[in-house]
Amino acid sequence: MPRTLGRILIYTALILWTIIALFPIFWTFSTTFKVAKDVQLGHIIPWVDFKPSWLGLRAIGLSPDTIFTESTPRAEFIKRFWNSIQASIGASILALILGSMAAYGLSRYSYHWKIWKNRDISFFFLSQLILPPVVLAMPFLVLYKELALLDSMIGLILIYTLSVLPIVIWIMKDQFDTIPQELEQAALVDGCSIWGAFFRIILPIALPGMVAAFILSVILCWNEYFFAALLTSSYAKTLPVMVASQTGSQGISWWSMAALSSAAILPLIIIGIFLERYIVKGLTTGSVK
Amino acid sequence: MTSATTAATGHAAVSAGVSPERHRLGSLLIRAATTLLGLVIVVQTLFVLGYISFGFSNWLPVLIAYVLWSAALCWGLVLRDGEAGWRAIFVLPAVLFTVALVIFPTVFGLFIAFSDWNLQSANGRQFNGLANLRQLWADPYFWNALGNMVFYVATVVVQYAIAFGLALLLNADIKAQKFFRVSFLLPFMLSPVAVSWMIGKSMLEYRFGPVTNLLRWLGWENPSLLTTPWLAKTTIALMDAWVWIPFMMIMILAGLQALSKEVQEAAKVDGATGWQGFWQITFPLMLPVSMTTIVLRVIFQLKLADIVINTTSGGPGGATDTISSFIFREYKDRSNVGYGTMIAEIYLILIIIFIALLLWATNRFMQRHA
Repeated sequence: MPRTLGRILIYTALILWTIIALFPIFWTFSTTFKVAKDVQLGHIIPWVDFKPSWLGLRAIGLSPDTIFTESTPRAEFIKRFWNSIQASIGASILALILGSMAAYGLSRYSYHWKIWKNRDISFFFLSQLILPPVVLAMPFLVLYKELALLDSMIGLILIYTLSVLPIVIWIMKDQFDTIPQELEQAALVDGCSIWGAFFRIILPIALPGMVAAFILSVILCWNEYFFAALLTSSYAKTLPVMVASQTGSQGISWWSMAALSSAAILPLIIIGIFLERYIVKGLTTGSVK
Repeated sequence: MTSATTAATGHAAVSAGVSPERHRLGSLLIRAATTLLGLVIVVQTLFVLGYISFGFSNWLPVLIAYVLWSAALCWGLVLRDGEAGWRAIFVLPAVLFTVALVIFPTVFGLFIAFSDWNLQSANGRQFNGLANLRQLWADPYFWNALGNMVFYVATVVVQYAIAFGLALLLNADIKAQKFFRVSFLLPFMLSPVAVSWMIGKSMLEYRFGPVTNLLRWLGWENPSLLTTPWLAKTTIALMDAWVWIPFMMIMILAGLQALSKEVQEAAKVDGATGWQGFWQITFPLMLPVSMTTIVLRVIFQLKLADIVINTTSGGPGGATDTISSFIFREYKDRSNVGYGTMIAEIYLILIIIFIALLLWATNRFMQRHA
């Protein structure tokens, strides 16, 4: 029975890797509900190994008994969470607007700006992907200081937009290339302007690509740490910076770190479970022809 | 910025159907906006250099002037060139945005790189020529970090092999494919900072982390994962693999699914074993996708920083350092902007050479196997 054996091997391997992929996530969520003793004894399964307590959530003021009372940690946490939302959503929207327009232009028209042709402009955008954040980090630090944009939301949004723009253009150009040109030509004959055709005919068709580009941008910006750590301090600090600043200090309680980490990854896990189709679509753009 | 001003010249010939007044109005608008921007820059520069007594307290007004100039340029192009202007402003905003945020800082970065500039010291910026370059040449930590980068980039091949295996598993005729796909993808979406804590600081905790417990149970007496240099490097590479394997797996899976069914059947039936079918049919057909995946992955790997910064801060003794984490500390701990920027610029040049070579090599390779 080699076939049955093969199936058993396949499922064993699948389950093994599922455990590798999911255990750290499970560990983080469950550690939120552990007291010091459970952590030290290495207890793993809730209700069997240990009795869940609200310790972790209480530390950030989100447990049932503290949620309606004043709480400084909670205020701090919500501020950082909100900052992360603003930075990632704001940058993604801006990148989507700039990127969709550029991708559409590059997909439909041929430009001759002096020596610049479509290929050069596309390469110019995509080459930004190679640029490592460190190269821009310090000039930006000095520049933002001069521009009074240090530790500001706008500054962070601008630099995040820059970092996801090449990816958005890449995904959107691929998307527009798949839409037949006859569609706008028909619209133009009917008296639509080129921008009218873009907004009314093409964008609705390109919506799946836009969703994919948007979600991917949100994920990347949400997780971004390097620029946030360098360019923000008290006002515009984002959630990853808050998590990182807590790991450094000794004696920080495990449950509250686990609670913070859980909060940082929970939105992405929800996105991952429900919008996986779009993430895959965004990631695999252009790789398979 | 000149590229944008000249944008319209190419279109001047096709600006049929635009009345002369409108054409003139458009040109006037562009010229007026350019003059205004130039004026703001000149005034502010003179003020900062101390030649004149009026000006702005910071450079923010220059940025605002640039934004207004960009808007005026777009509007002026539409007025002047009509249809061609409408087309140009699809791409122009993104170009202006990127130019302002990349070209200027990069050039400015070169300026910083050749200076002795510590943000903590009262001396401010001082031009010091090639001193930073000389310091870099003699800095063992830089060469050490560069050596580590070679190691981290090399691990991409191992990640690729694992990712290919997982993609083949997912592409097999299995139940609950969606469940497994989502589970496998999740690590890629997590914040590296959170991963550093979840795995690096808590699961690998020496006394009671679940992984160290498991290793002890397996008979390893002293699993000092993050304090022994070579082990620490391997551990970081493993954490990085945990995050990035899903990315490669998804790319390869998409490639596998794009192969035609006949090819897959042939791979199963024709060869004596599945193993032969894989090496003779599936793997060669997957080469283009594999190359794209590996090149993309290498590009991302060269930016590796977050996990190192948050798990080991480059330690023990620089064993896990990447160039990015090294520069990050150079700034964070020593505020050494000048030297840090020099390393960054040199690193950028090395990256560009490396990627160009990589692309050239893959192209050659693909042509030979086509």
